[in-house]
Amino acid sequence: MTTVAVRAERPRRSALTATWAFVKRHVLTVYSILFFVYLLLPIAIVIVFSFNNPPGKTNFVWHSFTLHNWTHWDAVPDLRSSIFLSLKIALIASIIATALGTFIALALVRYQFRGRGSTNILVFLPLSTPEIVLGASLLTLFLNMSFITFGFWTILIAHIMFCISFAVVTVKARLIGFDRHLEEAAMDLGANELTTFTKVTLPLIAPAILASLALCFAISIDDFVVTYFNAGNQVTFPLFVWGAARIGTPPQVNVIGTAIFVIALTIMLINVLVQIGRQKRSA
Amino acid sequence: MGFFHRHRGSTPYLLLAPGLLFLGVFFLVPLGFLAYQSLQSGTIDFGYSFTWQFSNFSDAVSNYKPQFIRSFVYAGIATLIALVISYPVAYWIAFRGGRWKNLLLLGIVAPFFVTYLIRTLAWETILADHGLVVNTLRHLHLLGILGQNGRILQTSTAVVAGITYNFLPFMALPLYVSLEQIDARLIEAAEDLYASKFHAFLKVTLPLSLPGIVAGTLLTFIPAAGDFINAQLLGSPENHMIGNVIQSKFLELTDYPAAAAMSFILMFIIVLFVLLYARAVGTEQLTG
Repeated sequence: MTTVAVRAERPRRSALTATWAFVKRHVLTVYSILFFVYLLLPIAIVIVFSFNNPPGKTNFVWHSFTLHNWTHWDAVPDLRSSIFLSLKIALIASIIATALGTFIALALVRYQFRGRGSTNILVFLPLSTPEIVLGASLLTLFLNMSFITFGFWTILIAHIMFCISFAVVTVKARLIGFDRHLEEAAMDLGANELTTFTKVTLPLIAPAILASLALCFAISIDDFVVTYFNAGNQVTFPLFVWGAARIGTPPQVNVIGTAIFVIALTIMLINVLVQIGRQKRSA
Repeated sequence: MGFFHRHRGSTPYLLLAPGLLFLGVFFLVPLGFLAYQSLQSGTIDFGYSFTWQFSNFSDAVSNYKPQFIRSFVYAGIATLIALVISYPVAYWIAFRGGRWKNLLLLGIVAPFFVTYLIRTLAWETILADHGLVVNTLRHLHLLGILGQNGRILQTSTAVVAGITYNFLPFMALPLYVSLEQIDARLIEAAEDLYASKFHAFLKVTLPLSLPGIVAGTLLTFIPAAGDFINAQLLGSPENHMIGNVIQSKFLELTDYPAAAAMSFILMFIIVLFVLLYARAVGTEQLTG
C-alpha cells in the first residue's frame, strides 16, 4: 500500500515542479498573459452583460441569457438618436480636423519659418491640458457670446478643436520619414507641381491621413467631458450612457458598446494582419 | 513640396492659417475668457461683473483643499501603479514580441475601443458588493482586508483602480516605443563586459527607456488629475476630486467664477508639475 501511495505521489510532485520551473523560466510571459487578462476583463464583462436579462433596472448582476437586447437594440428611447448624433459629429469633426492638421504638419515639416517654435507649442498645448479645462474654457467662451446656442455646432467646434493636435502629430510622424528626392525625381521627369503633389506626395502620406481620420473619429465618438460641458440639451452616445448610469443602465448600452468594440477591433485587426502578412513575405 | 516653391515666403503661413486660427479662437481665446470669468463676482440671476475678485482663487483653495490634494494623490498613485505594472509588459512586447508585436499592441489599446464610460461601468460591475472581486475574496475568507464594511465600490481603492485602468494604454504605449528603439546589442555588450542581467537592465535598458517613462507618466498623470468620471461612478462623495467640484459648479450650481478659478488652479499646478518634471529628468523632447 505504501509503495502505491508513493508512486502515485511522485509524478504529481514532478508535474508541480515542472510547472514551477516553467513559470520561473517564463515569468515575464506568464506575467504578461495575466496583464492581458486584467486588461481585457472589463471588455469581456461588457460583452457578456449585453446578453443579460436583468430583472430590475440595473444591469450589474447576471440573471439569464437573452438575445432580446440585440434584436431590440433601439427599444430604449433616445438611444438611436444619440448614436446618430455621435456618428455625424465624429465624421465631420475627423474630416475637418485632419485637413487642418495635415496642412499644419506640412508647414512644420517642410518649411523653416519664423514662429515655428510657437506653432509647435500651440499644437502641443491642447494635448497637455486636462479635458475638463478645455471643456470649461470653451463653455465660458460660448456663455459670453450671447448669440450662441449650445447644441450641434458647439459640440462640433469642440471636437474639431481637440482633434487638430492629434491629426498634426499623426501626419507629422509620417512626413518626417519621407524621402523628398521622390518629389524632385518626379519634377525632373517633367511632372508639374500639381501632378507631383497628387501623384507622389499625396499617395505617400495617404496612410497617415487615414490613420489621422481613424484616430480623430475614435476620439470624437468616445468623448464625454468636453461634450458634457458644451452640448446644451443635445445628447451624444456617451452623454446618453452618463444619463442612463444615474438611473440604471439598460443592457442595450452594452449592446452598442460591444458593437463599437467589434467594429473598431475588426478594422484594426485587418490592418495588423495585413502588416504581419507583409512582414512574412518580405522575410 | 515643389507645388509651393514659387511662393516660398508665404506658403507655410497659408498652410498654417486655417488650423492655427481655429486653435487660436477656440483654444487660446477661451482660456482668456476663463481667466476673465475667474476674476468676476456676482450670481447667475443678478449677472456677473468683472471686479478683480482674487478671493475666488483663495476661496477655492481654502474651501476645496481636500479635493485638490485628493486629485493629485489619486493621479500620482494611479500613474505609479500604471508604470510599474505596464513596464514589464512593454518590455516583453518590445524584446520578445517578434512578429506578433502589432497584434499585442492592439491588445494594449483594445480598452480604448470600448467607450470610456462603458468600461468604467464594467468596473462598477466587477467591484460591486456581489461582484467578481468581492465574492472571490469572500470565498477565500479574505474579506477582512477590505476593512469593516467589506466593500470596494465607493472607496478610494475603487477610484484609483478605475483611473489606473482607464489610462493604462497611455502609459504602456510610450514605454513600448522607447523600449522598442533600444539596440539589443547594447545590452549584449553590457553582459559581455560582465554586467549581470539585472545590472545591464539598470545601467543600460532603464536609462534608455527614460523618454518613454517621462512621456507615459505625463500622458497618464495629466488626464488623471482632471478626471471626475471614476470618482463619480466608482467612488463616494468622500472620494470626489477637484474635477467633480468644477463640473458641478459649472453645470449644476452655475457658480462660474469659482469654477473658472478652480480650473485655472488645476491647470497651473499641472503646468508647474510638467515644467519641474521636465527639468528634473532633463528631457527636452516634450514638444516632440
